[in-house]
Amino acid sequence: MGGKLKFQIRRLTAALSVVILSATACVSSPSSSASASCALSVGSLYEPQNLDNAGGGGQGAAEALGGNVYEALFRLTETGAVEKSLVSDYTVSPDGLTYTFVLRRGVRFHSGTPMTSDDVRHSLRRILAGTSTSSRRNVLDMIKSVDAPDDHTVVVRLSSRSISLVYNLSQVWIVNHTLADPKTAEDGTGPYRLASWKRGATLTMERFGGYWGAAPKCGQVTFRYYTEAAALNNALLSGAVDVVTSVQSPDALAPFSDTSAFRITEGTSTTKLLLAFNCRRAPFDKPLVRRAVSAAIDDAKLLRSVWGERGMVIGSMVPPSDPWYEDLSGKNAYDVEAAKRMLAEAGYPGGFPMTLETPQYDPHPTIAEFVKSELAKVGITVTIDIISADEWYSRVFQHHDFAATLQEHVNDRDIRYYGDPGFYWGYDNPEVSDLIRRSESAKTTREQTELLRRANHEIVEDAASDWLYLNPQIVVASAHVTGYAANAVQAQFPVYGIDKR
Amino acid sequence: MAAYLVRRALLLALSLAVSSVALFVLLRVLPGDPANALLDVGATARQAAAARHELGTDLPLSQQFGGWLRDLARLDLGRSLVSSLPVTSEIAGRLGVTVPLTVLAFLLAALIAVPTGFLIALRRGTWYGTLLAGVSQLGLAVPVFWVGMLLVTVFALRLRWLPAGGFPAEDWAAPAAALTSLLLPVVTIALVMAASLTRYVHSAALDVLDSDYLRTARALGAPLRAALWRHGLRGVAAPVVPILAIELASTFLGAVVVENVFALPGLGSMLVRAFAQHDYPVIQGVLTLSTATVLTIGFVADTAQRLIDPRLRRTAAGTSA
Repeated sequence: MGGKLKFQIRRLTAALSVVILSATACVSSPSSSASASCALSVGSLYEPQNLDNAGGGGQGAAEALGGNVYEALFRLTETGAVEKSLVSDYTVSPDGLTYTFVLRRGVRFHSGTPMTSDDVRHSLRRILAGTSTSSRRNVLDMIKSVDAPDDHTVVVRLSSRSISLVYNLSQVWIVNHTLADPKTAEDGTGPYRLASWKRGATLTMERFGGYWGAAPKCGQVTFRYYTEAAALNNALLSGAVDVVTSVQSPDALAPFSDTSAFRITEGTSTTKLLLAFNCRRAPFDKPLVRRAVSAAIDDAKLLRSVWGERGMVIGSMVPPSDPWYEDLSGKNAYDVEAAKRMLAEAGYPGGFPMTLETPQYDPHPTIAEFVKSELAKVGITVTIDIISADEWYSRVFQHHDFAATLQEHVNDRDIRYYGDPGFYWGYDNPEVSDLIRRSESAKTTREQTELLRRANHEIVEDAASDWLYLNPQIVVASAHVTGYAANAVQAQFPVYGIDKR
Repeated sequence: MAAYLVRRALLLALSLAVSSVALFVLLRVLPGDPANALLDVGATARQAAAARHELGTDLPLSQQFGGWLRDLARLDLGRSLVSSLPVTSEIAGRLGVTVPLTVLAFLLAALIAVPTGFLIALRRGTWYGTLLAGVSQLGLAVPVFWVGMLLVTVFALRLRWLPAGGFPAEDWAAPAAALTSLLLPVVTIALVMAASLTRYVHSAALDVLDSDYLRTARALGAPLRAALWRHGLRGVAAPVVPILAIELASTFLGAVVVENVFALPGLGSMLVRAFAQHDYPVIQGVLTLSTATVLTIGFVADTAQRLIDPRLRRTAAGTSA
């Protein structure tokens, strides 16, 4: 079941239907250079579970279809800025509670029908429906009504201000309202349409002739799916794939050191490796104990041993691509003596025994061993409990039955989970909850950023979790391929800007 | 023989029915929740409950079982809880890889193992007989994924003669490409399978070579080759056929390791993924099909053995009469 939990946790990101324009894609000229014969092959470990990002499609659906097959009203640039996509304009009422969106004209679905406000209304309601498995439902639940006064206008009314609304809408795929089952078929507006999906092997898409924007470079793109990283590497080495969407282990990079044949790109990701405490339970209900544990673990050494010179220690839940990022790696920094003092002060001079719930797939078991040996130095004896992804989801995430756990959190802007005392780690600081709530109803992004920075300082001060490090985002490609995005701010892998010589 | 066939067919049907019910109950009693595979992190408990309701996994077991039986009566294995696609067509797609992979590997293994086993038995004591025996021993000790990776390194990465893995998007509409994709995986399975088969053939051949009837045949003037061909082969086949059947059956699903190494969309990898997601209809569909296959292979092997070995027919007739 390796990796499934990663899917789980990735799923929020997974669903983000946001377009990342790579720098090269922006620079290179559009349709004229499109080569009809270009057939691109993309290697990935994340096959979609189904085709619907609001129905459990998972990371694979977002990676392959987001931006390529489906588009949203807005999209994010590679640097995280929000751009208009399927809207040509929008206005916000002075009280911030009514958004009026004017839809772009001339947009067609792959089935040929023009996109209208009905489709947008349908797509939003789909997310808000009771049967949606999407977590976006929670960030959009201030939406009171969605109306379509005419074919090209959509009016969204809110029960409370939401400064992130436009950003969150960049994650909502616009699906033709006549599409019967989005899990098994697609009808989007993107530059590619789905040609075939041979489950367990390949997902092929073809350039959509009726696309409203610049035509994509390659006429055909095939995502090839692998379950073993070694098999994926071999595919790139032997030329069966042109580019690998994201490399999960630095060991895999050695064969690609030949720079005349391959390019290794390191960008920033939003994947944070957490040692998450159950803040409801002793001894981790005490901030002092959490800070002691954080100070007892040498994050920089851990990162080096896992990723070599790649990745970074950020010291909080906020990665550099979130607007409220600050380098807080200096807080609760590695200091064994300080850790011992804090433990003594908290009433645990000799340490204590604890169980660490450890997902069975990489990198967690290795990390658990490291944490165990670090904490042994301050008298904390760690029992490593290896669990399956399903167990983690049921026991830790849903039933909060754990003391501490390791987990990768891949979403951007996910500091908001610290404002929800019901979240699995049970961090309950009314001041933080209030700051996060107020940040959402802020009038300007500056105000929002300011409030979230303050919240982040509080969270770090409390050592709500121990943020071990931020993963690097590594793309490996054959040297004859250009135009792919370096940063994975979202789970998507935009292919329309990629060219193959 | 007819009575035997009918009895065996009934037994087969009964085994299948019992195993299906056992499987149905076991799967749902084991901890795990298919809704987990569909939910985003951050999804609320209410969404989880809604997802279970949507999937029908919140219904009482008896009700779920009734629905499943009704579908089965219409030869409908249901839909995947995760992908929403019909299980029958999902399985059919995978069989296009698994069946050729298994059958070709099995044939190749038999082609290697039968002559090699005989040769080792006939040439015992000579240096190359010993060498062959040693090589087949080595084959037993080597894990199948290692053989696969070795073959990939040599034939795909160094020589670039064959693809390192994957299966063409066009499927069997591109027969040459499909066959090429299967070549290395077939050889991988066949080599490992041949190693163990060789040992069985070898020991069966030794028994035959030392048997009284072969000595009698040779004493009557038949050359060794003719004696072996006429009497020995059948003697070897009797103990080897059931082994062949077991090998064939185990390859059918046991190919999962090779499927992963070569990124092949076969039944084994489908089953592993379905287990991870607790996708009951898919697991049930694949396991029911493979149980039926294994039982059928066993049935065919038993029947073949009776045809080969007249002693079995006599004793069976004696007891059943």
